[in-house]
Amino acid sequence: MRKISSQAIRECVSRLVLEANVRLRGDVRRAISAAAARETSARGRRILQELLENAKVARHDNLALCQDTGLPVVFVEIGPDVDVSGVNVTGAVQEGVARGYREGFFRDSIVADPLRRGKPGFGPCIVHTSFVRSKGLKVTLLPKGFGCENKTQLKMMPPTADAKDIEDFIVEAVKDTGPDACPPYIVGVGIGGSSDYACQLAKEALLRPIDKRSRAPHVARMEKELIQRLNRLGIGPMGLGGKTTVLGVNILLYPTHIAGLPVCVNISCHVLRSASEIL
Amino acid sequence: MIRLSTPLDLSVLKSLQAGDEVLFSGKLLTARDQAHKRIVEALKKGTRSPVDVRGRVVYYCGPTKMRPGRAIGSCGPTTASRMDKMTVPLLKAGLKGMIGKGRRSEEVRRAIRKYGAVYFLATGGAGALLSKKVKSARLVCYADLGPEAVVEMTVKDFPLIVGIDARGRDIFSIHERTRR
Repeated sequence: MRKISSQAIRECVSRLVLEANVRLRGDVRRAISAAAARETSARGRRILQELLENAKVARHDNLALCQDTGLPVVFVEIGPDVDVSGVNVTGAVQEGVARGYREGFFRDSIVADPLRRGKPGFGPCIVHTSFVRSKGLKVTLLPKGFGCENKTQLKMMPPTADAKDIEDFIVEAVKDTGPDACPPYIVGVGIGGSSDYACQLAKEALLRPIDKRSRAPHVARMEKELIQRLNRLGIGPMGLGGKTTVLGVNILLYPTHIAGLPVCVNISCHVLRSASEIL
Repeated sequence: MIRLSTPLDLSVLKSLQAGDEVLFSGKLLTARDQAHKRIVEALKKGTRSPVDVRGRVVYYCGPTKMRPGRAIGSCGPTTASRMDKMTVPLLKAGLKGMIGKGRRSEEVRRAIRKYGAVYFLATGGAGALLSKKVKSARLVCYADLGPEAVVEMTVKDFPLIVGIDARGRDIFSIHERTRR
């Protein structure tokens, strides 16, 4: 058993905060770049170029890619070879987030009481901890901007719904979002589990590289079909028209109950940020 | 490229058309959800608000913290529709311009036409790039709101697209019609 200290977790989380908010993910950058080459709308092309330029400036000047540095969602996966006995894992994550946000001069976007609001701070973030089979302690941080988080939709579909019904729901969710949440979007979809778990899956789906389709052929087929349908909507970059409405669609599945079929759509703006590290 | 600066020349503002690209120079006031709520409450009660919106341009923006040596942090637009329910009183009080991203409600579109204002779009998710256009920033009020405080930004050649012009023409409905 390898002991991992709270200091190691805290420092790791701070590094991930700085990396995720300043460096655009490679797969997202490549997807924007490829879309800029394909886009037929001149204004759309120019906006996509601006986004690439923004990523360069952010990296060069060590500035947040977007002023909405999000609500950080952190996944901690603890392998069988790791000993965290006596360590307050959640506490270390929270401290690491606060420190990273402070060091990066990022935005204090979290209000302690959702009803009374009050002065915002750097935390707390959302922490999902799980025990897994793979070795080491893996930390993944996803700072989720709320312009797009506000567009999340959950539907408890009947178990007899087919692929087309599910796709229609996802297409409607993107249509409803329209130009408001910084398109082109990356669409995370969770299918199965319980209502809450489908929502978590939809968020986790955003962590998968956006240029890789699901390994399950029937899921990959749905993803491809959705990418085509969504790009035919014509919403385009910043909603000003064009054929680039989504940069990717990632679907994750989980077993579910015979009586149901939960489907959650979690939309990300084009500044999809995440970073991870294995300790 | 059309240039617009403050103090606003209303004849130039009113001549803008949905879809026009504009380089804006001059002063902006940032205000988002909570600041709007306070300004609207003050206007409703008839008390004097520390923010005078007459003839001004409001930017729906909550920047990241200021790094020493920089005028401002990352500072792109936030979703404008969240301000829809609080926008008409501001237009009535003399607000002339708004900068944000995304659609506005029908109520806001009509009020824009009625009061002769303009809604501009800035590129969302490009806050690092836009920060280069900000020359200085100073706190106006509501410091207790943190990133939602009202800040006056002085910008140069800030790139905008006219979303809804003073005649009430909306770029998004024009696009939707052409798609159909």
